[in-house]
Amino acid sequence: MKLFNIRGGVHPQERKDRSAHCPIEHVPMPEKLRIPVQQHIGNPAIPTVHVGEKVLKGQLIAHGQGMISAPIHAPTSGTISKIGNYHAPHPSGLPVLTITLKPDGKDEWIDLQPIENPFEIEPSAISAKVAAAGIVGMGGATFPSAVKLNLRNRYRLETLVINGAECEPYLTCDDRLMQEYTAQVLDGIRLMGYALGVKNIIIAIENNKPKAQQYLKLEAEKFNNIKVIGVPTRYPMGSEKHLVQTLTGLETPARALTADIGVVVHNVATAFAVHEAVRDGKPLISRIVTISGGAMRTAKNLRVLIGTPIQHLIDFCGGFDSEPDRLLLGGPMMGQILPITKVPIVKGSNGVLALTRAETQSTAALACIRCARCVNACPCGLLPLEMAAFTRADDLDGATKAGLLDCILCGSCAYVCPSHIPLVQYFQYARGELVDRQRQQYQQDETKRLIAQRAERLEREAQAKRERLAKQKAARSEATS
Amino acid sequence: MFAVLSLTLMGLALGALLGIAARYLAVDGNPLQAEINEILPGSQCGQCGFPGCNPAAEAIANGSAPITICIPGGKAIVEKLAAKLGVTIDLSALSDNTPKFAFINEALCIGCQRCFKRCPTDAIMGGPKQLHTVITDACTGCGKCVDTCPTECIRLREIKPTLQTWHWHKPNEAMV
Repeated sequence: MKLFNIRGGVHPQERKDRSAHCPIEHVPMPEKLRIPVQQHIGNPAIPTVHVGEKVLKGQLIAHGQGMISAPIHAPTSGTISKIGNYHAPHPSGLPVLTITLKPDGKDEWIDLQPIENPFEIEPSAISAKVAAAGIVGMGGATFPSAVKLNLRNRYRLETLVINGAECEPYLTCDDRLMQEYTAQVLDGIRLMGYALGVKNIIIAIENNKPKAQQYLKLEAEKFNNIKVIGVPTRYPMGSEKHLVQTLTGLETPARALTADIGVVVHNVATAFAVHEAVRDGKPLISRIVTISGGAMRTAKNLRVLIGTPIQHLIDFCGGFDSEPDRLLLGGPMMGQILPITKVPIVKGSNGVLALTRAETQSTAALACIRCARCVNACPCGLLPLEMAAFTRADDLDGATKAGLLDCILCGSCAYVCPSHIPLVQYFQYARGELVDRQRQQYQQDETKRLIAQRAERLEREAQAKRERLAKQKAARSEATS
Repeated sequence: MFAVLSLTLMGLALGALLGIAARYLAVDGNPLQAEINEILPGSQCGQCGFPGCNPAAEAIANGSAPITICIPGGKAIVEKLAAKLGVTIDLSALSDNTPKFAFINEALCIGCQRCFKRCPTDAIMGGPKQLHTVITDACTGCGKCVDTCPTECIRLREIKPTLQTWHWHKPNEAMV
């Protein structure tokens, strides 16, 4: 199949070899599981259990609210010991509503309700099952998958692209998953294809994963509508819009969905979760996580229950060799800094990296020399140096005009910057400020509305009082006459 | 006699002219002030030190008050004012007056109803001899209720960032 070029991108050292050969291992049960109610994009889930309640593995413990949300299930059987605020796995470490589960060690499942013949039922029943299983995009974006499977109702869809690019350095969880659970992943892919009603399915895997490509190709030969395509190893190949452009040559319009050009993209790990939800009736309660980085004693790929403390995984891998310079949740390009290690693994966590100073190469920023390397590296065709300059001057309108909202925060620009300018932090700051200002504006409009309503109410009350007085006066004058 | 008559006539004619001019060519205050008043929140909270938004708008319009004066308005209002007045402004000066909200210590509240009668945004609810509470989203942190509470049970608290509102701070680079 002919592939198309995308602009920009970088070739970071892959550093996948440390964990690429490590088979997926299970982790011993931690003492406590802490399950945040917000593990997805959209509205937080609402707890349906109370403290002291005994739950079974796979039981619903929080239901989704609204259109874009996802339910949450108990990762093992045990007792709910606390429902309250706990640190979020987030750079701020701010609290989030968290359900704490004390495992009883029995790991006892609820009655599972698999779908017997999924290819004979209504496609919408599959997406309903996916929604009920709490499946979200497991490449890291954590957008509720069922919403994406229902796009069929609103768009003409031609192709389902399965994202097995795994372009972030270090991470090997998707690679191992494709190698060890090939049949299950492919089944999940077919189920998603059926739910979406698409003609073609393309599985895109970067060329640095020849084994995963080979296994999936063997498995996919049985179906003539599924193609396994090797894509060039280049960051950010795993960005859905860029992957679609590489495969089809079609560029997604700015701030639109890939569905606008007839394509839906799902991650391989999501496909595996869909398989488990539909065929076994199991909700999403675990995921594969890569533990790696130069400061980690051993690198591993682990199947981890949602809610497992990250410290537990670090201990399982033998702790640190040396004091890490930076701890990351996710890959080195787009991962988030972890200030504390007692926070839990959530549905979107694909890796925990402990990087040494030699790996982070963190240096103080120098002045911008306008070399435009960031411009060449930007896969979205933006001018990162201009956007940063506008942001530095707090000219957010200028930054927005320069394309702030089209930036995918991939970090290619910061990676190539010879002055080590933290460009992505500028963009994250600018976006946060934009949202802040929108919120302030909204609040101000609301305040104005409230003040107007109050003035109207006071006027109404005064009017009523005047009328009442007039009536009394009239009554009195009538009585005297 | 002639002098008296002519002066009287002139006086009357010119007076009438002035009267007509005052009637038809009148300017209602400073137009800039009205536009600024439109931008300001209008809650008459007085946190700026002026008795209300209109006096503050007047002070901003004649340049005696800085455009960063409105505390509940935040950066959004400063930017709008800067655009309106065509001035550049250093937003970092704003950081120390963070927005606040009122908080009622319910153990001390006697349900006197004084606070919610004064609240410009109707952000306090309660009834006679019942606990009062603040609807935080509607509170502008003006502090009018604080002054009026007989038991001093209302305090202003800073709005703390949450997971939804937190974002990365601006990189501090001395070099760039």
